[in-house]
Amino acid sequence: MTANWTIDGVREALAAKKVSARELAGEFYKRIEGRNPELNAYLALSQERARRQAEKIDAMVAAGEELPLLAGVPVAVKDVISTRGVTTTCGSKILEKYVPPYDATAVERLEAAGAVILGKTNCDEFAMGSSNENSAYGPVKNPICTKLVPGGSSGGSAAVVAAGLAVASLGTDTGGSIRQPGAFCGIPAMMGSYGRVSRYGLIAFASSLDRIGPLATNVKDVATVLQVIAGRDPLDSTSATAAVPDYAGGLGDPVKGLRLGIPKEYFGEGMDAGVREKIEAGIEVYKKLGCELVEIRMPHTDYAIATYYIIATAEASSNLARYDGVRYGLRVEADSLISMYRKTRGAGFGAEVKRRIVLGTYVLSAGYYDAYYLKGQKVRALIAQDFRDAFLKVDAILTPTSPVPPFRLGERTADPLQMYLADIYTVTGSLAGVPGISVPCGKTESGLPVGLQLFGPAFGEARVLQLAHAFEQAGGVSL
Amino acid sequence: MKISREDVVRVAELAYLDLSEGELETYRKQIDEILEYIGKLNELDTASVAPMTQVLTDDQASDATLREDLVVPCAVAEDVLKQAPDPEAPYFRVPKVIER
Repeated sequence: MTANWTIDGVREALAAKKVSARELAGEFYKRIEGRNPELNAYLALSQERARRQAEKIDAMVAAGEELPLLAGVPVAVKDVISTRGVTTTCGSKILEKYVPPYDATAVERLEAAGAVILGKTNCDEFAMGSSNENSAYGPVKNPICTKLVPGGSSGGSAAVVAAGLAVASLGTDTGGSIRQPGAFCGIPAMMGSYGRVSRYGLIAFASSLDRIGPLATNVKDVATVLQVIAGRDPLDSTSATAAVPDYAGGLGDPVKGLRLGIPKEYFGEGMDAGVREKIEAGIEVYKKLGCELVEIRMPHTDYAIATYYIIATAEASSNLARYDGVRYGLRVEADSLISMYRKTRGAGFGAEVKRRIVLGTYVLSAGYYDAYYLKGQKVRALIAQDFRDAFLKVDAILTPTSPVPPFRLGERTADPLQMYLADIYTVTGSLAGVPGISVPCGKTESGLPVGLQLFGPAFGEARVLQLAHAFEQAGGVSL
Repeated sequence: MKISREDVVRVAELAYLDLSEGELETYRKQIDEILEYIGKLNELDTASVAPMTQVLTDDQASDATLREDLVVPCAVAEDVLKQAPDPEAPYFRVPKVIER
């Protein structure tokens, strides 16, 4: 059995009858049994569902039918994404026993394409965090070195792919939560444009920022999974009508002559020296590929964190109002309805979630709305304009994914603001609605993975994937 | 100091959150620091900037056109009530609302 399966590898092996979908699922469950106790990356396993799907695929192979794009491919799904019949906790105690009665559209599409869903991955509570240390079910350990965080909030989704416990996974990105764990665990990870993938069934954190996206071991697999889940969904009124091109098919398009913007604001102080060294080496790779490197300015970059933590927390305070013990989830009994709400939410939410609800409610409250929320909305417009201006001059923007390499568990938990500031390179693209990918860019001297980020214009995923693929093919990932 | 203990108490009430004394003080301090940082947005003159209330333009989003008002089956009540802490089909039972 190959240690490192890819989507192509799985489909070839199935078609050649070298392995059955059931055997493959069994192999992955064995690996999970061996490694998950240490990593804590999976919260729930869906063996029954996986078995039924694997049997279906095996029947198709036996009947000589054409196999769908993800036939038999073992995948994992972040626990903020609804899966019918499989617990979906959002990493929170308040949904500890919640079992959704429906599938998210992205999950439906994965299964329609033949994917075998192995289970749900651990994450920061309600996707709020950058290290997976905010989960009510314990932190996830980075498979590269278990004293380190895997990143967050999709720490579990990144860890399972990096550790060979899934061939691909779905994560979610609101301020960097797919890209940064991808960087920290040394795998490619992408968020499409806002609206590229339906949010139906994604348990909401910040509705104008949330996106579902793929993590995998290589860029082609990221492209394939994105292709499967992307596209208009009538059940999500914010999903985009833009057509979904053949992302995987277009990967080989040459990148020579493409213009890459290097924004001065992302390369100032505050970047770890080890990260800088790798990113500069990455830039050299693109130069050798024939890309033109153009220095650009994105003048509102410095205001992105402040903007993000106003808008995201405001939207979160609204979205999390539904957890009141009435219809689902935890209920703490009380004499009155209001008391029930207060006790349930007080008991069910963790510290980071409560902190963000308090901050979000404050910035929306009477007397403060204009100074904070409205102001934040306006600065958001300026940040989005920075990106539109940049894309008049360049085809993609190149930045580090994170200013620092993966840090140790517990290193940043004392000071929330310090943790927030680590998102500085990712939140900009989140606010602007543009697509972004993190592709591995080697390791620092001490063996810590570094990620290189590429932003594209809205619905320019194909271009971003081509550039990431070319980088990978040119050996950039092992610099 | 940008936010007082009373501010946090008021906001916690609005958000139906029971917070302990310890939590109140911890969050107050942390949010104070965050609000201090957020104040940097005042460096920008945004008087003539329209707020970005939507990410996608009308023609980019999927509900740009109106749809027919059709009734479709939605027989989810039984499944939904299975998740309820205290169902009394077809209702969710809750403690009575006591007038303040």
